[in-house]
Amino acid sequence: MLRIFLLLICCFLAGQSVASEVTAKVNDNEVVSAEVTIAEPQSNEQAQLIALFKKLPTTKLSKMPLLIEQLSQTKAPQIKKTFNSLMNGDLYYLKSNKQIVHAQLNADNKYALTDVLTNTKLEAVAKSKIRKVKTNNRLRGKIRSLLAQLDLTFSDKTVRIEAVKQILDKPNDIGIETIKKLINSEQDDDVRELMSVTLLVQQLLEGEHTEKLAAVKQLKTSLEPSVLNAMATELSKVEKPASPEDKALKVALEKAMADIDGRKGLFEFAENLFFGISLGSVLLLAAIGLAITFGVMGVINMAHGEMMMLGAYTTYVIQQAFPQLIEYSLLMAIPAAFLVSGLVGVAIERGVIRHLKGRPLETLLATFGISLILQQLVRTIFSPLNRQVLAPEWMSGSWQINPIFSLTFNRLYIIIFSLMVFVALLMILKKTSLGLHVRAVSQNRDMARALSIKSDWVDAITFGLGSGIAGIAGVVLSQLTNVGPNLGQAYIIDSFLVVVFGGVGNLWGTLVAAMSLGAFNKFLEPVTGSVLANIIVLVGLVLFIQKKPKGLFPQKGRSAD
Amino acid sequence: MKLKKLIIASSIVASSLVTSISYAADTIKVGVLHSLSGTMAISETTLKDTVLMMIDKQNKAGGILGKQLEAVVVDPASNWPLFAEKTRELLAKEKVDVIFGCWTSVSRKSALPVLEELNGLLFYPVQYEGEESSKNVFYTGAAPNQQAIPAIDYLMDDIGAQRWVLAGTDYVYPRTTNKVLKAYLKSKGVKDEDIMVNYTPFGHSDWQSIVAEVKKFGSTGKKTAVVSTINGDANIPFYKELGNQGISAEDIPVVAFSVGEEELSGFDTKPLVGHLAAWNYFQSVESDENETFIADWKKYIGDDKRVTNDPMEATYIGFNMWAKAVEKAGTTDVDAVEQAMIGIAVPNLTGGTAVMNSNHHLSKPVLIGEIQEDGQFEVVWETPDTVIGDAWSDFLPSSKNLISDWTSPVKCGNFDVTTAKCSGQNFE
Repeated sequence: MLRIFLLLICCFLAGQSVASEVTAKVNDNEVVSAEVTIAEPQSNEQAQLIALFKKLPTTKLSKMPLLIEQLSQTKAPQIKKTFNSLMNGDLYYLKSNKQIVHAQLNADNKYALTDVLTNTKLEAVAKSKIRKVKTNNRLRGKIRSLLAQLDLTFSDKTVRIEAVKQILDKPNDIGIETIKKLINSEQDDDVRELMSVTLLVQQLLEGEHTEKLAAVKQLKTSLEPSVLNAMATELSKVEKPASPEDKALKVALEKAMADIDGRKGLFEFAENLFFGISLGSVLLLAAIGLAITFGVMGVINMAHGEMMMLGAYTTYVIQQAFPQLIEYSLLMAIPAAFLVSGLVGVAIERGVIRHLKGRPLETLLATFGISLILQQLVRTIFSPLNRQVLAPEWMSGSWQINPIFSLTFNRLYIIIFSLMVFVALLMILKKTSLGLHVRAVSQNRDMARALSIKSDWVDAITFGLGSGIAGIAGVVLSQLTNVGPNLGQAYIIDSFLVVVFGGVGNLWGTLVAAMSLGAFNKFLEPVTGSVLANIIVLVGLVLFIQKKPKGLFPQKGRSAD
Repeated sequence: MKLKKLIIASSIVASSLVTSISYAADTIKVGVLHSLSGTMAISETTLKDTVLMMIDKQNKAGGILGKQLEAVVVDPASNWPLFAEKTRELLAKEKVDVIFGCWTSVSRKSALPVLEELNGLLFYPVQYEGEESSKNVFYTGAAPNQQAIPAIDYLMDDIGAQRWVLAGTDYVYPRTTNKVLKAYLKSKGVKDEDIMVNYTPFGHSDWQSIVAEVKKFGSTGKKTAVVSTINGDANIPFYKELGNQGISAEDIPVVAFSVGEEELSGFDTKPLVGHLAAWNYFQSVESDENETFIADWKKYIGDDKRVTNDPMEATYIGFNMWAKAVEKAGTTDVDAVEQAMIGIAVPNLTGGTAVMNSNHHLSKPVLIGEIQEDGQFEVVWETPDTVIGDAWSDFLPSSKNLISDWTSPVKCGNFDVTTAKCSGQNFE
């Protein structure tokens, strides 16, 4: 049976070709510095400000950076708000008199306007009366670094950190001066730390010999990418040391860089491990339902992927039904998806699989047919286009542990969630009477029936449980990938691989298999590229099954067939 | 007795067949070869609807040469070999006069031998990797020099990018395009170590390691840009991961060649704002033709939220050109229409004119757009003039001497200018 499967799997993947990959090494380094001239005298400030604002609507994008710089030099209180609106694309001008306004769409589809110069509210107008002040990426980058100087004194700590980072990455004289002034009065340790790194990098790049040496010593512990870049720049300058001082600096730099590289390697390993576990947890969620239907009941359910797809579409429907509750939509979708997929699973079991008991090949074909029917059904109801499932705020972003190591929140939650599902399922099978019945039927159907267990009923419930969990996996997948009719197909092969590798009928085996396949894949990927990594994993698995046909944790004793 | 009945029955059937054929002769048959099921259905169904809309419009305006147009829609089901079979069905059985179809290059390559054998006519509406010019195909999408190369110029000159990540899905279009781009970057003095190439399988969804690698690659202080030939579905998780790992469009901009309005309409666009796409058409471009087209489309499809995209414009141009060429040739005969096509000019949707050149490629403007919150693009850069599609890239050693010219006296899709030889239709 297992061999048939692997054959099938191989056919699916046969079309893929092997990719090669060029990974370039990084040595060069360059620091971009923005030129900032000294501010104009204050006397005619207001007039100048108005004149500059007048230019905003007509200036071409290529000339905008200069204008923005001039604006920021006026140091007017309106600048910060103007820049923020410009960054967010809320800055407009009235077509009639070129007045610069901040515009926001209000409830009745008109734009509420605020004059940026005077901060007075204006009458709301239709979209056709106003036009956007154009920006592009380059301009936004420029504004961000200009805003950084203004943000250095901001009350929120994260804003200050971002501001210092901006100056660290793109140092300019005014920014450095401001930091020098502020560093002693800064209360927060993290911000002060980053500020001192910024100043030290500056010292390393522009200081005297002794200062450089001192800076290298202190920067040895920093993981900021800019530090390593600055060191590489310095090292290239003293590649052929002309004096003993240069030589000393070279030695110190090489040692510091080796230190940093060593620590970086450690975090890179941790990062790969995290990626591997997170891929493993997705595989676990996808496979664990199958571990029940295939592993415990022995039913080859090719429609398992479509159960996930139904779960993902349930999430979409819930989000459409409760558009105000996006933050809670996933929590609502989990039970809903469980029910929807579970009920469909029960219906499939009652309607089709029950009649094909003991005929695995027919079951395989029948469920494959069902999977095609379900896909086309979804295509007809929801259209073949992918549906948009929003990510709640708490699922986006990442937890920054240090400058080169961060964990993304969505992956973190998914790891925790999949382990919770695993434990819950284990409890159901081990501690509840339902679990007892399921195990009894799967071990010896006739004996269980003789003990008055309704084996038909148990079959239906087990299949429903497995499908329901696939539905839950669908909710999770809706956060990671596209919600479309083909969602299930992408995961069905992986799910079977995990179950077969782990040993049929063993939940712990599924856990270990999912995690090790995930980690193996992620450690291979940086070396071989993702296409080749997939192939290597597959080939490895085929060889493994040749050696141990029953997987990692085979069932032993009489219950093994 | 029985035999007699059978003869009568079959003669009835035969005569009804004859009438249906004679009826068919009064219409011009237009084949539509787009996948309506399988993975490519997401993109290709839209193009099928576009062709049907154009046919509908043309019929309401009196058809072509006084005949009504009749659409023959087949479904090759995202199955590449099936494209060849369905092409044969359209040409041999249905005897269509022209085919609009294909999306992926591999499907086009699959249909090509049949088109050439049975002398059919295909309008191919999607941007592709070039390195091909067939007498039987008109390429109304962009060649690499009409999309990829100008995009690189923009990133290099306007954004100041110095390091390059070429990320793509693992199939023929990204591989060939990246080969062209790499050669182009090197000709501009970019070193090998500043180029990172990465391929992923179709529908790749776990982008963690690759995005982490891009982040590392881009943290050396030099401005880094990603040139993405990632196909369709895989884009959404890619951009999501970029957003989650805190890479914004200002740090590392991504310019995509396969992300358009249609793809974005299934997106949560928040993580994408500011990233770029290079196309020859955006829905947001303001022109009279475009406004009419968008209104017609929304009316035809009966959904106010549907968007238009670049391959739709290419289909629009291709259809109008074909209609004009048939009028000019006075027949739907493939050879006559093929010659009439060259030099045909019709308005495009961005306020300019599309001209069919002698190499079966169009002249197109190139636009770079930034993704907006509403899933539309804002044009931030465009070529001052239209660019002529180049079938054979000048940046690849194997094709730099080749030109394509289907007018006399050359009449060849792969004419070698140094040896003055034509290697025929079977050039590899």
